[in-house]
Parts: sequence; structure tokens; C-alpha cells
Amino acid sequence: MISLLAIDPVLKGDLLWTPLLIVVLKVLAVFVTGLVATMLMVWFERKVVAGMGNRIGPNKAGPFGLLQTLADGIKLFFKEDLVPDRADPFVFKIAPFLAFVPEFLSFSIIPLGGDFRGENGGLVTWFGHTTRVQLADPSIGVLFTLAISAIAVYGIMLAGWSSGSKYPLLGSVRASAQMVSYEAALGLSLAAVILVSKTMSTSGIVIAQSSLGNWNVVATGVVPFIIFFIAATAELNRPPFDLVEAEQELVGGFNTEYSSIRFSLFYLAEFMNTVTMSALMVTLFFGGPQPIAFGSTVLDIPLIPNAIEGTLWLFLKTLVFLYIYVWLRATLPRFRYDQLMDFGWKILIPSSLGWFMLLAAQRLGRNEGWNTIVVTGASVLVLIVCYALLQRSFTVSSKQREAEGSMF
Amino acid sequence: MELFVFVCASVMVLVGALGVIFRKHPVHAALSLVLTLFGIAVLFVSQSAEFLAAVQVIVYAGAIVILFLFVIMLLGVDRAEDLKIEPLTGQRWIAGVVGIGMVGLLTAAVVSGSDALRLRGAGIASPVAGENADANIQQLANSIFSDYVFAFEITSVLLVVAVVGTVLLARRRTGKGIA
Repeated sequence: MISLLAIDPVLKGDLLWTPLLIVVLKVLAVFVTGLVATMLMVWFERKVVAGMGNRIGPNKAGPFGLLQTLADGIKLFFKEDLVPDRADPFVFKIAPFLAFVPEFLSFSIIPLGGDFRGENGGLVTWFGHTTRVQLADPSIGVLFTLAISAIAVYGIMLAGWSSGSKYPLLGSVRASAQMVSYEAALGLSLAAVILVSKTMSTSGIVIAQSSLGNWNVVATGVVPFIIFFIAATAELNRPPFDLVEAEQELVGGFNTEYSSIRFSLFYLAEFMNTVTMSALMVTLFFGGPQPIAFGSTVLDIPLIPNAIEGTLWLFLKTLVFLYIYVWLRATLPRFRYDQLMDFGWKILIPSSLGWFMLLAAQRLGRNEGWNTIVVTGASVLVLIVCYALLQRSFTVSSKQREAEGSMF
Repeated sequence: MELFVFVCASVMVLVGALGVIFRKHPVHAALSLVLTLFGIAVLFVSQSAEFLAAVQVIVYAGAIVILFLFVIMLLGVDRAEDLKIEPLTGQRWIAGVVGIGMVGLLTAAVVSGSDALRLRGAGIASPVAGENADANIQQLANSIFSDYVFAFEITSVLLVVAVVGTVLLARRRTGKGIA
């Protein structure tokens, strides 16, 4: 029974005290890591955006303003907690938690370290028990993340609706439509990763990416990664996809009516989600805790044990993505809503589906021993025909809508 | 342990289902439906059908109920309904009869099919730690894409037909016909 909940070697056999203690420690470690990472991420974002805008940014609380987030959090904690008259009290109160808890849950399946070189496979030994440096390693792995990010929509959606006022409702309707649409593209690009690494468990995906040529970003041919990155940005409601909280149009978006600790939970959830998604991208496409390796030569960090080095590599790789997110925020203007929907449905979903078909055809051709060039040629031909049909349908439908007098 | 999980999940499912029926507010009813779906997902996990559990959450909780909520919010029907008005006369009686009939049919199906369930379960491997964690998914893929591929494809065609039909029905007619 227990082994079903998480395919983790530490939970094999009878239930003992040490494995239980290890699991509790892991839960605690993941929770604290998540909170601290979020705190630092808020500081990092403010500091980097300030630097890009020729400002100084937070510099008063603590060294380099590091404790600014903590100070803000304490301030928010002691503010008055308002519930609007027209709000639906129960849903209004539960919504921040629905936004906040899923982010922590999806952090739990990311391999946070361990030695993945050679035959080790990411296993470490703690107190005489073999385990992984990740809270849970379910066999459905990445599907779990998809399920959790589907749940995260509820927090935002219910927050907007239960506030009982117009602008939050508009923000939440936008959010739900956007997140549901981009989830399809996210799932389809994930399918390419699953196809290449032949497993769904996150640790299995990391094990399969032993050297630079095996990294999924190369093995799946870059396109799924680009689609995943764009769709993830839209899932996170970060710029340039932050229509959910477009200040000029919606006052503050779905969280307009929130104050105090509930508001800070939304804020926390957003940044937590950014950290989680970056770490997930590293896990899926860039080898997670695997060191950078060309063939058999490994770029080793001297003096540090291999198991700890994994955590270091994960941190460094995640940091790159966090920086890119901040960079995007400082650089790109916001999308218009119809552009957002067009981009998601007409470009991202068809192209991720097409690329997935291409990869599947390659895989089938290799298994059956067909000529690679013929397979590629045939599948490219099919894709071109599909693309032409798609374009044709777009022109026809836009002509019709023009005839009916629609604006877009 | 298994009994404990089963009881908890069943309570979740039943409380959610009762909530769907008895909550007067459409949004609350939809949220109760989510509770039910989660309970079913937990039951799937305890039967080591993790893939089904994930799909349950992704498709039903993540897309379909979101769609319900979306429609409820957009149409502005998010006010408690007056239960005294009956839009279609006699629909409650018919609904009651149909409901009892469904319960009867399900019970009959479970009773007559319990043997088949036990026999079919004999050859199915369950995921084992460290060895073949994907057994579940591979078996499912095998039966969907080889044994039952025809039914599977027919279902997807049905879905496409439904989408096309909905679009056609929802289109505004301006008398010019299709260009």
C-alpha cells in the first residue's frame, strides 16, 4: 500500500521509524527550501529589475536589502484582514490557500540533488537507508505536475469570483481561459519529453540525461523546450502574459479585494510557482542535478562531494531561468488578449502537436528499421500539408467573420 | 491501511455528491463536484491506477469543472436559484425515476460482473518500487492502442463531431451562407 503512494526505495518493506523520520525531514526541507527560495526570488527580481531600469532597488533592510521581503511579509501579516460585504465569505477565505498549496505540492516531485553519475542513479544513503533527494517520486511524475497546475487555476478563479466585484471577476475569467488554453500546449510539449526519455518519473527523466547530447533540450530538438517555456510563462501569469493583473485595465486583477496575509499568500504563490516551473524546466530539459558533461568528460566541481554537487548544479541552472524570467519582465510589453489566445491556439498547440508527431515517426522508424531520410521526408510532407490546411481554415474563417461584421 | 484510505475517500466522494445536489449556489455545487472527483482520484491511487488518478484530476477537475465555473461566471447565473419554479413540468419526477433506475442498473452490473473483474485482474502487473514503475501506463497504452483502438478512435471522432456541431449551432447566421 505505502509503496503505491511514492515509488521510493526508502519506503520498501515494513514501516520503521527511521524511514518515517527521513520522510518528515524531507517534507520539512522542501517546505523551508520553497519558502526561502521564494523570499530570495522576490528580492532577486526587485533587485535585477531595478538594475535594468537604472535604479538601486531595495537596499535598506539587511545586507543588500536581502531582508526586504521578510519585512514586507511581517508588515502584511499585521495589516487588517478585510472581507468585502458582497464577497462569498467561505470561498473568499479558502481561495488563497488553493493558490498556494499546489505550488508546494509540485515542488515535491523535483529531484533536488543526489549523485546521478554512472550507476548511482540519484540514490543516496541517509542513516543507513537508500533514498532519493526528492520528496516523492511517483510513477506518474510529470503528469502530477500537470494535475497540480490544473488545480492552481481554482485559486485565482475563485478569488476573482468570490470578491463580488467586477474587475477581479474579469481578471479571473481571463486567468482561467488563459491557463486552460496554455495547459494544452504545456502537456503536448511534455509528451515529447516523455517520448524521448521513455518514462514519466522525474528521477527517470534526469537519469536519462547523462551528457550534454542526451539533454532533452537537444534530444527533443529544442522546439518542445521553446513551447514549454512560453506556455509555462503563460501558466505563471508572468509578463508578457500577465493579463490577469493588467493594472491599466483591471485595477489590480483577481486580487484587488484582498489584503493582509491573504494577499501575501497570492504573492507568495506566484513567486513560488516561478521557482518551481524553472526547476521543472531544468529537470525536464537540462538534466536537473546532472553535471554538465560532454560525452564522458564531466565538468566536475572540485572539493565538493558528488551528491552535494547535484544540488549546486540544480541551483545554478535554475538561477539562469529565474534571471530570464526577470529579464522578460523588464523587457517585453504585455500581449493584447486576442493576440494571446491566437498565439496559444493557432501557433503553440498545432506546432507542439506537429513536432510530437515528427518525433513519434522518428521513433517508430528507428524501431522498425526504416530509412531515416524517407521517414523524415514523409513526415515533413504530411506536416506541410497539415499546415497548409490549417492556414486555409484560418483565412476562410477570418473572411467569414469579416463578412459577419466582427472586429477580429 | 487500505480500508482507512477507502473510508476517507468514500466520505469525500459522498459528501461532495450530496453537496452537488443540496447546495443552492451553483458555484458551491461545482466546488462540491471537485471534491467528489478528488475522492475518486484517491480511490484510483489506492487501487494503484495512478495514471487514471492523474487523468481524472487533469481532465475533470482541471478542465471540465473549470469550464462549468467559467460558464457560471460569464452567464452571471451565480445567484442562488429559486427551487419552487419548475422550468419543465414533471422533470423532477422523471429525474427521480431515472436516478433509481440508474442505481438499479449499476448494482446489477456490479453483481453480474464481479466475477469478470476478478478474473481479468489476474494477469495485470502492478507498479513495483524500483523495477517497472511504468507498468500501469504501458498496460493501459497497450489496451487502448491495440485491443480497443477502434473504439478509441471512434470516441475521438465523436468528440470532433460534437465540437464541429457546437460551433455550427453557436454561429450567428447572417443569411449569406458559408463562403
